[in-house]
Amino acid sequence: MRIYDAGKIFTGLAIFIVLICAPFWLSGGKSSSPPEIKIETPAIQKLSERRCIEATAYMKARHMELLDTWRQAVVREGESVYVGSDGKKYRMSLSSTCLHCHSNKDQFCDRCHHFEGVEPACWSCHVVPGELKG
Amino acid sequence: MKSTRRTFLKVAGVSLLGIGAKPLLDALAGGEETKIIQAPEALKAKRWAMVVDMSKFKSDADLKRVIASCHRAHNVPDIGDPKKEVKWIWTEMYEHTFPGQHHAYTPETIKNRLFLVLCNHCDNPPCVRVCPTKATFRRDDGIVVMDMHRCIGCRFCMVACPFGARSFNWKDPRPFIREINPDFPTRTKGVVEKCNFCEERLARGLLPACVEASDGALIFGDLEDPKSEVGKILSSHYTLRRKNELGTKPCVFYII
Repeated sequence: MRIYDAGKIFTGLAIFIVLICAPFWLSGGKSSSPPEIKIETPAIQKLSERRCIEATAYMKARHMELLDTWRQAVVREGESVYVGSDGKKYRMSLSSTCLHCHSNKDQFCDRCHHFEGVEPACWSCHVVPGELKG
Repeated sequence: MKSTRRTFLKVAGVSLLGIGAKPLLDALAGGEETKIIQAPEALKAKRWAMVVDMSKFKSDADLKRVIASCHRAHNVPDIGDPKKEVKWIWTEMYEHTFPGQHHAYTPETIKNRLFLVLCNHCDNPPCVRVCPTKATFRRDDGIVVMDMHRCIGCRFCMVACPFGARSFNWKDPRPFIREINPDFPTRTKGVVEKCNFCEERLARGLLPACVEASDGALIFGDLEDPKSEVGKILSSHYTLRRKNELGTKPCVFYII
């Protein structure tokens, strides 16, 4: 059996394989370090019990689902209060409730979102209290 | 035991009942359920409506004050270009407010004055009918609201609305907002917007911003409650609705 242009084909294949594998070789087989998320803000430091509206594990994994339910309830059902599993009541508002404690959006929300490559469109309309200039 | 058709059906029926009861029992047993509720201070009505008492607007400054209070509360941009303007509440001439009503003998004072107009929160809203994504919908209390998350900017609603109550965001509105109210979202390029009867304020027990700023010229209340302020005015005064003949059943009434 004879392969036409074998030299060119195998050179091409070699380049292809090197390019595809380069990211893994260059990182030495390790995964990149997760982003450092800062939760220390003046509002959080003042809390007597350092707990978000639900348990941390739940908030980490499911906050997007929670926010989606909030959006549906506030916009479409006209309901504005969330009663957490501990019975505490919160106003369902991204800018006023979430960002009241997490006032460091760039070190909290953004760092993880950048790392994960997700681009939530929240901030094209919802106002980040620090960025007030019109 | 010999299984008959009758015993089989009995067992099957009871098992089905059992399966159906499980979620119910789970719901009752779960003490740590989270809930989403209305704020206790929220204002409620069967059918929200507004009366615009034009006799109480003494000057254009009164109108401007009311418009400014709404636009400040809702981050409505001041674009400047009338072709691209965004407005929730604005003024129109008599002949545009009540077309077909003006004639040669209409008093000059009425012909030449500006009328306050806004979304009519129709009972039969054409904007809701045409919206392909249900971004615009009518709540049970009659308020016609927009869900900006769903708006795709097709502008069918702008064509459907006979009152021109809707504006399109041709560009990012943020640079055109003088002072951003952090408590209310701005809009983004490519969505339609309009008056929402201050549903976000009603949910927190507050009257609409324009009503608060109007010194009694705008009256807000429950249309279905004859004892409400709106109900009392409508039963004792002659009121007009805009373009009544189109059958959209506006819920903003005018005293001239």
